[in-house]
Amino acid sequence: MSEALLDVDGLDAFYGDFQALFGVSMQVEAGAIVAVIGANGAGKSTLLKSIAGLMDARPAAIRFGGVAIGGGPAYRTTARGIALVPEGRRLFPSLSVEENLLIGGQLGLPGPWTLARIYELFPMLAERRTLASTALSGGQQQMAAIGRALMSNPRLILCDEISLGLAPIVVRDIYARLPSIVNEGAAVVIVEQDIVQALTASNHVYCLQEGRVALAGVAGTLTREAISAAYFGV
Amino acid sequence: MTEWINVVVQGVLVGGLYAMFAAGLSLIFGIMRLVNIAHGDLIVLAAYIALVTATTLGLNSIVAMVIVVPVMAALGYVLQRLLLNRTLGDDLLPPLLVTFGLSVIIRNGLLELFTADSRRLQAGAIEVATIPVIQGISIGMLPLLQFTLAVVVIAGMQFVFYRTALGRAFRATSDDPTVAQLMGLDNRHVFALGMALSLAIVAIAGVLLAVRTNFDPAIGPARLIFGFEAVIIGGLGSLWGTLCGGILLGVAQGIGAHIDPGWQMLAGHLAFLLVLAVRPEGLFPKIH
Repeated sequence: MSEALLDVDGLDAFYGDFQALFGVSMQVEAGAIVAVIGANGAGKSTLLKSIAGLMDARPAAIRFGGVAIGGGPAYRTTARGIALVPEGRRLFPSLSVEENLLIGGQLGLPGPWTLARIYELFPMLAERRTLASTALSGGQQQMAAIGRALMSNPRLILCDEISLGLAPIVVRDIYARLPSIVNEGAAVVIVEQDIVQALTASNHVYCLQEGRVALAGVAGTLTREAISAAYFGV
Repeated sequence: MTEWINVVVQGVLVGGLYAMFAAGLSLIFGIMRLVNIAHGDLIVLAAYIALVTATTLGLNSIVAMVIVVPVMAALGYVLQRLLLNRTLGDDLLPPLLVTFGLSVIIRNGLLELFTADSRRLQAGAIEVATIPVIQGISIGMLPLLQFTLAVVVIAGMQFVFYRTALGRAFRATSDDPTVAQLMGLDNRHVFALGMALSLAIVAIAGVLLAVRTNFDPAIGPARLIFGFEAVIIGGLGSLWGTLCGGILLGVAQGIGAHIDPGWQMLAGHLAFLLVLAVRPEGLFPKIH
């Protein structure tokens, strides 16, 4: 039996005394697009943060490429081949657009993504490479954040709420680039509140509800009723 | 007239030294929001290390910098990794208290080792060499060297900060330490490199101070104040502004001292208060 690229097994996560995740399990195969959906506060971002090493966790609760990585440290995450596109984009404001991309690739890990390839994927960024990252529009900032993550040539890229606060046309534009990212061999986990967007873009869906996996399955096979029951808990 | 020109010129040259006191201080605050109260005492420590190096190895004091700078940089790295990193967090108070304690320890340690006697570093013939500019005005080689080094240090910091991967790491970590980790940057290491760079500058400043004037273990806190004033006058976050701040402070002190020797410190503080009252953000604030 071949092991999944990412294997989350019985993950618990806490903010102080508050438990945010209860025994969450999830598998991501190499080259797959997996969507994690759920209402506000369901634990989606916490799950991504845990995978990125930003939360305390049992080491064996998160295995990546067969290696137990739960609990970080976060600065090793990139070297292991995981990149996070954080919620709210969080570009570095005192760095230019190009510097933001360069710092994403500063470990110099080998792979298909270079500065030139990022500019090919998002030509808008090439025109604005010398601007401060704060001078970009929301959509462009999102592209820069995705580009910054790709620059580390990850095997797994985690996208937290990339559609948040963006115009629908911009969201469609960004999602249209997902296949070219996956074609280069990276698996993608997307966290979304927009269910339709998530279902169309992904092969596999996990629905979280109050810190537990309420539903999991292949994207096309889940019925609307099952999803809304898992989403709202009714 | 030439008398006043002379006062201003000497003030400008001293200002370079103050700018170097300030540069290391503002570098650390910029990267990790740490106010290093021990900064002045570390300058004095560097002066004593230079004294020991110069006397035991029989080196010229200026040449001793080659040894003092790496020693202080290494000390900075270790100090940050072992002690100061543990104090950093959301609260500004712990690093303030710990560096205050450090300041007391360094001062008393130096007092124990070297007594309260005032010392001086010898730099040889360069100490008395001068370049005549016009009738009545001449510039000392040593102050000129100090000022030139200050400009080189500030330009070097500017280059490191805005043109190198290390500078990019400093700015990114300062912006958002959490996301910086996800770029593969270990904050503890980045902060330690920042402190190493800061103390390397402290080492240069300490040696130059000790060649210029007498020093004893107790003079650190006053250098810290000069450093603070130069940073605030120039505007936080602007390196060239810090140089201007140092120069303004140096000139104000020079003019004060010329009117009445007792007014040297007072004139500097008044210039500082004046800038603070008129432009609280400093003369060249960094615009975000």
